[in-house]
Amino acid sequence: MAEVRSSWPLWEVFVRGRRGLNHVHVGSLHAPDAEMAVRNARDLYTRRNEGVSIWVVPAESITASSPDEKDPFFAPAGDKVYRHPTFYDIPDGVPHL
Amino acid sequence: MSFDNAYQALAEEHDDARWAYGSGFHDEMSTVDRAIPSIVDRADLFAYALMLGDDALVLSQRTAEWCSNAPELEEDVALANIALDLLGQARLLLTRAGEVEGAGRDEDRLAYFRDETEFRNVRLVEQPNGDFAQTIARLLLFATARLALFARLSASADPVLAAVAAKGVKELAYHRDHAAQWTVRLGDGTEESHRRMQAGLDRMWPYLEELFTAHPVELRLAEAGVAVDPSELRAEVDAVLDQVLAAATLTRPEVLPLATVGGRAGRDGVHSKPMGYLLAEMQHIARSQPDAVW
Repeated sequence: MAEVRSSWPLWEVFVRGRRGLNHVHVGSLHAPDAEMAVRNARDLYTRRNEGVSIWVVPAESITASSPDEKDPFFAPAGDKVYRHPTFYDIPDGVPHL
Repeated sequence: MSFDNAYQALAEEHDDARWAYGSGFHDEMSTVDRAIPSIVDRADLFAYALMLGDDALVLSQRTAEWCSNAPELEEDVALANIALDLLGQARLLLTRAGEVEGAGRDEDRLAYFRDETEFRNVRLVEQPNGDFAQTIARLLLFATARLALFARLSASADPVLAAVAAKGVKELAYHRDHAAQWTVRLGDGTEESHRRMQAGLDRMWPYLEELFTAHPVELRLAEAGVAVDPSELRAEVDAVLDQVLAAATLTRPEVLPLATVGGRAGRDGVHSKPMGYLLAEMQHIARSQPDAVW
């Protein structure tokens, strides 16, 4: 079975809703290639509702930050308020910020 | 953005309880005028809606037999989706048949309480699944012909048939694409998959002719602008199939069309041997509990 699965590698699926602004990771699936991964994603994750956008990425192409390095990786920003771009007023006409 | 579950980001606000998941759907049938065109013979329209509905119902039943048996989990879902699309088409068409008939038969009555000789589906759709390649071959032939038909039927003088066809075109385009993709993958795959795909096509090809054979009901209704003369579909279907077969390194089967029985075939209620078994399984519960409500 492992041999069969090796020809159906894992893909990560990102979907953007019809009025969504960005793609959201919704899950993963197995497929032999990118084309079929998109088709399978449509069946599994969107019920083929029109107007959505699907991205598929081979799981092996994704590099993740390491949980072990979480503290040194993210901590420097947490306690330094001057690192956050929050010291100005947002004009009314700016959407989606 | 942060969401408790990923789907929140995809869903639009809605309070429509019909949709278990997803949003932005609308029922295209809800605004359709259901009056029966006065130019049409009701018996003919009833028969025609049954023909199209039975095709979809029987192929849905066959395709559903794959549930949990497909080669891959993802393919299992894809086949189930196709079966559900076809069942949806069957429900609309049988409902239309029932209201045109005017004898109080609803979709369930028509699906579960007719005998084999009263079913008007083409014999292609009742053929057993066989292996995966054979199932794909059957779907390729059916979806290609049905998509060509529905594209034309969406201009039908019967507003309900037109709406059913318009709705079905999107589904059938997906079915045809799915079958074509697999035909190419299997045909241009391994030696064994090529052999099986060719065998699947050889097995199903004799039933192709029936999809182009016009029944008198179809001809009369086509004259009235309600139906489509299926012989008009042949050129388009041939072109699509030739293109798929070429890409798949497969050859068009050189086989004779399946014989009729005294000129009668599926559209007249004359079916092949597997049909009776299919109906026995499909109708068993409904027939043993005829007054049940579900």
